[in-house]
Amino acid sequence: MSLTNIRQGSLVLVDVAKVQSRGALYVAQARTRQMMKWIWMIIGIAIANPVLYLISVGIGLGGLIDESVGPAGVDGVKYLTFLAPALLAQAAIQGTMDETIYPTLEGFKWHKTFYSMNSTPLTGTQISYGIFLTSLFRAFYTVVLYFGVMWAFGALESPRAWLAIPTAIFAGASFGALMQALAGKLEDENIFFVVLGRFVMMPLFMFSGTFFPLTSMPFFLQWIGWISPLWHATELGRHLTYGHAISPLMIWVHLTFLGIMLVLGLFFSARIFTKRLAK
Amino acid sequence: MSNPLISARGLTKKFGDFTAVNGIDFDVFKGESFGFLGPNGAGKSTAMRIIGATSQRTSGTISILGKDPEKHGPQIRAHLGVVPQQDSLDMQLSVSENLYIYGRYFGLPRAFVKGKVDELLAFAQLEEKRDAKVETLSGGMKRRLTIARALVSEPEILMLDEPTTGLDPQARHILWDRLFRLKEQGVTLLITTHFMDEAEQLCDRLMVMDKGSIMAEGSPASLIKDYSTKEVLEVRFGSDRNQGMADQLRAMCDRIEELPDRILMYTEDGEALLEKIYAANLHPKTSLVRRSSLEDVFLRLTGRTLIE
Repeated sequence: MSLTNIRQGSLVLVDVAKVQSRGALYVAQARTRQMMKWIWMIIGIAIANPVLYLISVGIGLGGLIDESVGPAGVDGVKYLTFLAPALLAQAAIQGTMDETIYPTLEGFKWHKTFYSMNSTPLTGTQISYGIFLTSLFRAFYTVVLYFGVMWAFGALESPRAWLAIPTAIFAGASFGALMQALAGKLEDENIFFVVLGRFVMMPLFMFSGTFFPLTSMPFFLQWIGWISPLWHATELGRHLTYGHAISPLMIWVHLTFLGIMLVLGLFFSARIFTKRLAK
Repeated sequence: MSNPLISARGLTKKFGDFTAVNGIDFDVFKGESFGFLGPNGAGKSTAMRIIGATSQRTSGTISILGKDPEKHGPQIRAHLGVVPQQDSLDMQLSVSENLYIYGRYFGLPRAFVKGKVDELLAFAQLEEKRDAKVETLSGGMKRRLTIARALVSEPEILMLDEPTTGLDPQARHILWDRLFRLKEQGVTLLITTHFMDEAEQLCDRLMVMDKGSIMAEGSPASLIKDYSTKEVLEVRFGSDRNQGMADQLRAMCDRIEELPDRILMYTEDGEALLEKIYAANLHPKTSLVRRSSLEDVFLRLTGRTLIE
């Protein structure tokens, strides 16, 4: 009925230095525990998504395209092989977005759980890093499952194709970090979701060289690809999965772009979280 | 007296042009139960968030456990148990998982937290709900879980922001009982409330706040003694006649307060005063003699009631 154990008190029990070094991991552990509540749904989506896409667009539409372009192929390969690396990166981006935006809104607005987390020795920076780390976990198994489906469809030609897994996750991480920073600023999420879906995600998906080479687009629209993490990851993915030709310089450009986006995203998200919690 | 656990001087918090906390001074000592009493918007929650080392003050000084929250937030928060106004529990996790993850946020070892969870479930009378999702709990259960969660690290100071708002009377009494037990164990309690009965029940010492400032400070009994009379006679003449009666009544006692539906008459002897009213041939529709409460103190200090 009562607290029967002998009270030691927080002065004895709590090791602040330990929380200061591992806080983000504690947040990630808790988030992972939440994620496990619908892990089967996540896995289901992670498998069904590529299967449906690769069948309908890759094989269905791809069959028509392969027939009309002949043996030259699209970028020298079957349309399915051309398309798959883009979808892989897109899946990673979608995964990290889900796992950064929703938990951030829940934490600040819907259930205000970040405020109770911040009542412990955890800081805003640790909370933001913890949420971000968990989103990488989601991106990881989404991409691995996607990759497995691509393999089953015969969309991998190069022996180093597996390297497209980390580059896709990298793109997811970059975009996710930025989205997390943005979500940390949100007061009204309804407008945000409309704008994000229609004016950001849709154009990025359509104009990042996903379904056709970026160079087939009118030049004045190609900039959408240049600023899109999806295009950068897709270029790298194509290079790795079937040997799409890109110069070593461009490989560095793609990696640097994603790296800068990641660092900025993490920096701003830590700052925004800290400020909002201290209000 | 020993050094205070919490000590504030000229503590001020502004949000733009609005001053939420206006230069308040107070000390809280180990083992005492200290309350902030005031209506909604008095600045109690803001003060609590500053003491909780989450919100930054605009000016003034404050030390908690000898440290400045602006510089040592995590070191201070390590020893606080916070029960916010809104439960902010994790709705997707079970009751025991909520306690477990919170314990981990303090860096407590897994084995210790597991044992602690069992102990706290018993304390909060939630053993049968151990594996239930938080969503399915009643308001009172959620509140008890939030309090249990705040105790997972055996904090030096337990801070409760409006602990029983929104609960039915039975749930409130269960909660008060749990808080009494903690007090008996020497936990320092810091409570905000706009319920005078809660303040009287739980607090050794109170600060009455209104519009960001301290109106008075002392034990519930001393506040009542200093700012009110021993008894209060409440009379009702009907809403159309109350006002007309006020002048006649004022002459009969120490002080009166006119409320929209009734007149409060402050006196040392309520029954004697009521006889005097009848003797003067005034016939109230209803009358009630009661002891003075903190509500009367607040009315005296601010001219307003606590719950409006």
